Amino acid sequence: MMLPLKENDRPIVKKLLEAGCCARCVLRFCFLEVQSAYRQPYEDTAKELLAFINDEETNVTKDSAVQDQLTKDPPSKKIKLDTAKTDVQAEGDSALVPTVTEEGGARLVKSDVCVVCLGVLQEFCDEAYATKISEVVKAENYQFDTMVLSVSLPAQLSVREHSCWLHVKKEVRKKSMLLDKDDVIKVKDAFKWIMQGLVSKELGGVSVVTKINRQTEQFEVGVGFTHPETDSDCHFLAGACSDCFSPTKNKANVFTRMAVAKAIGKVSDEKFLKKFPCPPTRPASKCVAQDVQCLHVSVFVAGRYNKFSRTLPQTPWVIDGERRMESSVEELIAAPLLSSFRAKGFNFSSSGREDVDVRTLGNGRPFALELLNPHRARFNKAEIRQLQETINQSSDKIRVRDLQIVSRDAMGHMKEGEEDKTKSYSALIWTQKAIDKDDITFLEETKELKLAQKTPLRVLHRRPLTVRERVIHTMSTRFLDAHHFHLVLRTQAGTYIKEFVHGDFGRTKPNLCDLLKTDTDILELDVESVDVDWPPPVPE
Amino acid sequence: MEDLDHNKAPSVIDRYYTRWYKTDIKGKNCEDQCVLQHSNRICVITLAESHPILQNGNTIKSINYQISAGCSRLQNKVSGKSKRGGQFLTELAPLCRITCTEGVEYTIYSCIRGRLLEVNEGILERPELLLEKPSTEGYIAVILPKLEESKTVTNGLLSREEYENILSKRTSSTQQGPKTEPEPC
Ligand SMILES: [Zn+2]
Repeated sequence: MMLPLKENDRPIVKKLLEAGCCARCVLRFCFLEVQSAYRQPYEDTAKELLAFINDEETNVTKDSAVQDQLTKDPPSKKIKLDTAKTDVQAEGDSALVPTVTEEGGARLVKSDVCVVCLGVLQEFCDEAYATKISEVVKAENYQFDTMVLSVSLPAQLSVREHSCWLHVKKEVRKKSMLLDKDDVIKVKDAFKWIMQGLVSKELGGVSVVTKINRQTEQFEVGVGFTHPETDSDCHFLAGACSDCFSPTKNKANVFTRMAVAKAIGKVSDEKFLKKFPCPPTRPASKCVAQDVQCLHVSVFVAGRYNKFSRTLPQTPWVIDGERRMESSVEELIAAPLLSSFRAKGFNFSSSGREDVDVRTLGNGRPFALELLNPHRARFNKAEIRQLQETINQSSDKIRVRDLQIVSRDAMGHMKEGEEDKTKSYSALIWTQKAIDKDDITFLEETKELKLAQKTPLRVLHRRPLTVRERVIHTMSTRFLDAHHFHLVLRTQAGTYIKEFVHGDFGRTKPNLCDLLKTDTDILELDVESVDVDWPPPVPE
Repeated sequence: MEDLDHNKAPSVIDRYYTRWYKTDIKGKNCEDQCVLQHSNRICVITLAESHPILQNGNTIKSINYQISAGCSRLQNKVSGKSKRGGQFLTELAPLCRITCTEGVEYTIYSCIRGRLLEVNEGILERPELLLEKPSTEGYIAVILPKLEESKTVTNGLLSREEYENILSKRTSSTQQGPKTEPEPC
């Protein structure tokens, strides 16, 4: 193709080539927004640029004439190709860099790493690297329609970019007073323009896009580069703009891309030029590519669970690093989901929780599970129903209903009701004194009983010590024998039922011992209902 | 239906707490205390059933958490999950002084190292709780040992079995007549 360069680009091109910029970085500083210019093979661009500046020496002055000559008679005999293209390719790792010799003649030499992009646009913008990225994605076997390609560059690239900008600022301003540093094409953008198409082709035509935060972009593949040789480029900024690099941040490296960019914005051109070479020094090595990282956004699965066991904790119970009880509600629910969604992990949350020895009956307790980095994310209703069936058949200790995929936002509904909704419980009570039916009926007339509950001793090690007021809305009783009865309670969420019954060393007042004027204890407790209207029921 | 035997199943203390004892504290005969350690490491300090206050139909005249001119256990305040601000106690830190109607004063001690979380203000209003329910509503204080000391903090204390052995020795030495030291209660 023909690079759409203008006569007033020539001094910029020449100066940048002399400084050791790669062909594609030259295009960036010429504000070239034609994406195809970046996509053509690197060597072609390099040759065209050389032809372009050599034209000047043949005294072609008009843009049209330059274009004419480049099409009809490329490349000019003044370009000396020191290394044949075949040699370069044999080297594998090396790229061609157009170099302007001292006599003013331009030629192509190999393996000079670009002073600005440190090789990113020279060495990592080709089919070979696209294949490498695609192979990682294929190996992980993700299910997706659209893939976001993101790139992370070493922070010092901003410093070098700025140095190069200052190097050609005068020439740029001659070209147009309207152009500023922000108009320089970003390395990131050039990289994506080249690579998105190549990766898409490798992956059989899936759409590869730039992240703009739409719901459809759920799968991200990240490539990253480091360049240890020039890491110290940033260090002078710490002295020039210390407040940009706060050491309090919990990061090993304070020279983050954000901090470096902010510092550059604050340092005056004069100060910058005093502290940093302009143009930047030539690096001896190219960037190192980091491992390709694939990440699918989390999928959230919600439902309600029953717990039928008094020896099953809700979450793994670990004391002193040792596991107590062999399973847990969350593990029983998560195991089939993890394998079906092929997720890397999960976070479990629920509307409240029950103790290990408490059953949860009735409609069950709302829960949600965040599946991290799922390799498969799409399931239809029948498949979700099948998953629910799989969970339910895996154990008779729990049962799940209303299983469904929900949005991250919808999870908020689960916590909304946690504090102010009511909960119903059923408890088996023991009394020390013998009772008869009439001794307990008065409990049924006790409405809206206010309790003052100190934080129970059993949770005091991990919760603050306070006194909370809680309300028991209603109670009903079912007499069993002289020392036992069933008590059904409807209470404000957050009421500690066990402590209400045994009194917790008198720390819950009043308690059932006070009301019945005898020691009472709780032998069994069931949650009968959790009145949170989320998630919505799934019709059978 | 579950087992509805009238014989009560294990009590709350049996189920969740381990009983530890310290006898003849500071060399004073039979001034025994009990430490109930929850499986979550929290400790509730109570009188042991053999403490002189609980013998011979005593009545309580006063309970005083002001253990010195400058220090009152009632001033103790803890905040947050980490219980900041609680007084740190060593084994022989006094918790309160209890005066019986005969005018005899007893000092109740911490028995373990840890942070004081709360004292029982309920017994100030109803001192009889101390006599009626010494191991539950008549508790003295709640202490949280340091996490790293939670296993060792009871090392100097007696198990329930060791405590019962001491009690039976005391009884037998009374029965064997002639005065021996230490004086049984
Ligand atoms: Zn470059």
